[in-house]
Amino acid sequence: MRAGRWPCSCDLRGVDMNAARKRRITEWIIRNIFLVLSMISILILGLIALFLFQEGLPLFRSVSLREFLLGRFWYPTYGPPEFGIFPLIMASVTVTLLSSVIAVPLGIFSAVYVAELASARVKEIVKPVIELLAAIPSVVIGFFGMTVMAPLMQEILDIPTGLNVLNASLMLALMAIPTISSISEDALHAVRRELREASYALGANRWETISRVVFPSALSGISTAVILGMSRAIGETMVVLMVCGGAAIVPDSLFDSCRPLPASIAAEMAEAPFRSMHYHALFATGIVLFFITLGFNIVADHLANKYKQVGTATL
Amino acid sequence: MNPKRTRKFKEMASLAVIRLATLLIALAMTAILGFIAVNGIGAISWSFLTEAPRNAMTEGGIFPAILGTIYLMIGSILIAFPLGVASAIYLHEYARPGRLVRIIRLGINNLAGVPSVVFGLFGLAFFVVFLKFGSSILSGSLTLGFLILPIIIGASEEALRAVPRTYREASYALGGTQWQTIYRVVLPSALPGILTGSILGIGRAAGETAPIMFTAAAYFTTRLPRSIFDEVMALPYHIYVLATAGTHIEETRPIQYGTALVLIALSVGVNFVAILIRTRLRRKHSA
Repeated sequence: MRAGRWPCSCDLRGVDMNAARKRRITEWIIRNIFLVLSMISILILGLIALFLFQEGLPLFRSVSLREFLLGRFWYPTYGPPEFGIFPLIMASVTVTLLSSVIAVPLGIFSAVYVAELASARVKEIVKPVIELLAAIPSVVIGFFGMTVMAPLMQEILDIPTGLNVLNASLMLALMAIPTISSISEDALHAVRRELREASYALGANRWETISRVVFPSALSGISTAVILGMSRAIGETMVVLMVCGGAAIVPDSLFDSCRPLPASIAAEMAEAPFRSMHYHALFATGIVLFFITLGFNIVADHLANKYKQVGTATL
Repeated sequence: MNPKRTRKFKEMASLAVIRLATLLIALAMTAILGFIAVNGIGAISWSFLTEAPRNAMTEGGIFPAILGTIYLMIGSILIAFPLGVASAIYLHEYARPGRLVRIIRLGINNLAGVPSVVFGLFGLAFFVVFLKFGSSILSGSLTLGFLILPIIIGASEEALRAVPRTYREASYALGGTQWQTIYRVVLPSALPGILTGSILGIGRAAGETAPIMFTAAAYFTTRLPRSIFDEVMALPYHIYVLATAGTHIEETRPIQYGTALVLIALSVGVNFVAILIRTRLRRKHSA
């Protein structure tokens, strides 16, 4: 090449340049392989939406969106069938709200206990216990609700069936508590020690410090926890499938049988003929469920990010 | 009462409520596990674990369901582990904060929030019908694999975060490229955390029912699966079927409790293994 300029006939600098360039290219390729692989979650999310729509939208050739969402009768196998999911939506909303009434205080209190009150040794026992609750398969919790809670409720309250809104809400609360508890605990941990110390220095006691200083500072993180817990409850399938009773009516008492959205999908998909109206209706129900939880998660994500900024920049 | 005593009383009462709430949760969990254990232990025997169901599933064992669940656990982790670790590596090692990362993270968070029954619908429409895999181990593993993907990503990222920055800097100072640094320095020291998280993900996959109902689980099969295109029985689905369908619900109660106990033992056992691996690898790493 430019042998005249370099005393050495073997051009070492040129070789090095080549190797460096090769290395840079390899690095660039590896980096982009990882970039592509990290997009898989978005790809799957997109595919989920695409295939739900593909299998769910054909329903709306014969049923209007309004009839579907607000129709009061879910009789998918009658002739002519009726595809109104209003009772299913109301059932989902009822059990989700009721389970939140139980799970939100319990979840937050247990988080406060672990983060603020427990000694290191007690914490080492309590934290795994709550995590273990999250590890119990939902079918086992549903099974417990069926075989233990239902007969118990039936006997004590003297009601026709123990498979009802109240039982399902209790079991759902058990599933939502670990979510609420662990995310709230993270939020409480993120509150800086100086804030607590300032509060104690002003003469506040432990409860006053928790309720007026620590809790408000962690509020947006705790809101995220609550929303994710509710999202978990509304999407939970096995518990409501096994414990709710299954009647497609708008529940108006705690002891009514009901049929939330996921239960309807799980119970009927096996018997719905392939690509029949019923099959498409169940996918359309899936679309509704998908967007409800998507909404919950986007709100939670928004809150979590807002909270992050407060934690590091403005305090 | 004077104000001082009122304050003291308020504090004591509130803290007592907080303690009580925590106790209540622990009691509920103990009640569930205890109840299943007490009722299930009687059903467990060697033949229960190693034989197939007989007589319309009212007698015999649950071996095909155990095997099916193990196949699905292995299949789902084979899919979720490489993808999850790769995503975590990009997010933690390569990506700079910005719009793209925000979108990827939003995708992961939302994937984590998709209800399990919707995963089941997706698996049915995409793997079973569109890709023509049929109701099979393959379809079920793919569905479960994508369900646990966010868990693996989260755990791997946390493990990567725990690797001290000085390790990376030392590697760069020796002339290592970014990939060499990740492959030879960062990943080995993050491995215990990544493995623990993955094993927790497997535990989750073992217990899920709704995603495999339409993609993999058979009500009853006499033969064991021969390929990944065969249907399988699975423990959680077996519990659901025995507890809700058919005319022998009361007669098969012992089998139901036994199956639930095996399922819990499997997920707790898997957690236990995770902890063992973590301590062993940590010891090796610090030596």
